[in-house]
Amino acid sequence: MAKRIDVKDLNVYYGSFKAVEDVSMTVEPRSVTAFIGPSGCGKSTFLRTLNRMHEVIPGGRVEGSVMLDDDDLYSSKMDPVNVRRTVGMVFQRPNPFPTMSIFDNVAAGMRLNGVRNKKVLTEAVEKSLRGANLWNEVKDRLDKPGAGLSGGQQQRLCIARAIAVQPQVLLMDEPCSALDPISTLAIEDLIGELKSSFTIVIVTHNMQQAARVSDKTAFFNLAATGKPGRLVEIDDTATIFSNPKQKATEDYISGRFG
Amino acid sequence: MSALQTPERELPAALADSRGQGGRKVRNTIATVVMVLAFVIAVIPLVWILWTVIEKGASLLVDSTWWLNSQRGITPRIVGGGAYHAIVGTLLQALATAVIAVPLGIMSAILLVEYGASRIARVVSFTVDILSGLPSIVAALFIYAFWVTTLGFSRSGFAVSLSLVLLMVPVVVRSTEEMLKLVPNELREASYALGVPKWKTIVMIVLPTAFSGILTGVLLGLARIMGETAPLLILVGYSQSINMDLFSGNMAALPLMINNDRQQALEPAVERVWAAALTLVLIVLVLNIAGRAIARFSSLRK
Repeated sequence: MAKRIDVKDLNVYYGSFKAVEDVSMTVEPRSVTAFIGPSGCGKSTFLRTLNRMHEVIPGGRVEGSVMLDDDDLYSSKMDPVNVRRTVGMVFQRPNPFPTMSIFDNVAAGMRLNGVRNKKVLTEAVEKSLRGANLWNEVKDRLDKPGAGLSGGQQQRLCIARAIAVQPQVLLMDEPCSALDPISTLAIEDLIGELKSSFTIVIVTHNMQQAARVSDKTAFFNLAATGKPGRLVEIDDTATIFSNPKQKATEDYISGRFG
Repeated sequence: MSALQTPERELPAALADSRGQGGRKVRNTIATVVMVLAFVIAVIPLVWILWTVIEKGASLLVDSTWWLNSQRGITPRIVGGGAYHAIVGTLLQALATAVIAVPLGIMSAILLVEYGASRIARVVSFTVDILSGLPSIVAALFIYAFWVTTLGFSRSGFAVSLSLVLLMVPVVVRSTEEMLKLVPNELREASYALGVPKWKTIVMIVLPTAFSGILTGVLLGLARIMGETAPLLILVGYSQSINMDLFSGNMAALPLMINNDRQQALEPAVERVWAAALTLVLIVLVLNIAGRAIARFSSLRK
């Protein structure tokens, strides 16, 4: 259920502006990779290229290649819609569909992709909610609106919604930045459980979080405002936080940045 | 460090200094009074109109004859008859207009918001701007020239509907556009990230989220066109009998009935003018209440 991501010489553009330059990295299946770096360094932009979500923004395009096992995500035959079915995403702010109940939110991905069988849906919804550690909290009110849950529950609902379509990879763009510490802990525990079945890539501003949840950490930085962001280094999380190769990484991690 | 300490010393002094406070309270009071006055002045004519219409029109409406009979065989001297023919005419024409204008308007708004920034979108937006300033009599004359003179159809309720479409489309486009813009982009992204194609995202996520707002816009548009009189005067003749056929013959509508009876200076006719006016107001009111009810029951209850 999990796939390896191979990125080679990737440049990301918004129109004529080069946002991210020359990124190459490998993300192992069934592992958690964290992206850290200052705001505006392109880590979210780069994350969004991994499921072609950056194309939603007008002018967004890439050069280079992203391979998911043996499939080139950017080959002309590849449909972005199929890419996104394979590579799911959780966003910074919890964004459950406001018109839908908890059940419908989780079932949305399957329903909108044509699954009608009530039994299949019910089973998948329970499995996903259990997978997102939310089942016990919501099992008695599945028909209530998803927007009525707390922020942390909403974010876990969004994770349940994302894993319900059974992606190979799960991208998380600062999934805890809008949550309190308790909810953050719940999501972090969940990430630890999810990595047994998914390849997970998480963007975070919280370095302790990166240290807690990830196997590998990638540090992004940019030379100056208006310059493209670049990947400074990627290594085992323990190495990055104890003995980074680059001075810039060490400065950032120890808070001496800038 | 001294820069950090300076405010600490000056802060209590600034708080103790209440010179500005008295003046601010006075200005606050003046502004409040002005705004309340403006509100009252704006509301007075509204209440006045409503009161006049109710006072003069209510007496006929309490009789079931008003709702069940037409004006067939009733002359201005005779008390009696109803507005059934005009109510049916107004509703049928409004329905035909809505059936054409609502899909056109909503789809145009989707083009503008969801597929914006294209050349077509700019043309559509510009056209809608022009249409929204179009006087109703011009719309009526245009349909007369196009539908009756050029294509050779006779004047009819449907011709009225066609001209009303021209007036309703811009209202629906603009209000739908605003409502679609209010739908957070995060919802669209959440849907795309689930591997849902764009058109399904629009139909299944964006439109339902904006539904109650779109409905309100449609009702506002309907309220506007149901009171339009110029297209009725030009594109259809008044009939005192019931005509359910939009495509042929004279057909009554409430504004036409008001206009027709207004021309008679006789007491029974004048009474019917006010009763028809009140009926029109009531229909718009009922539509609005129904719209709100639908919007409430269609969205999930918390």
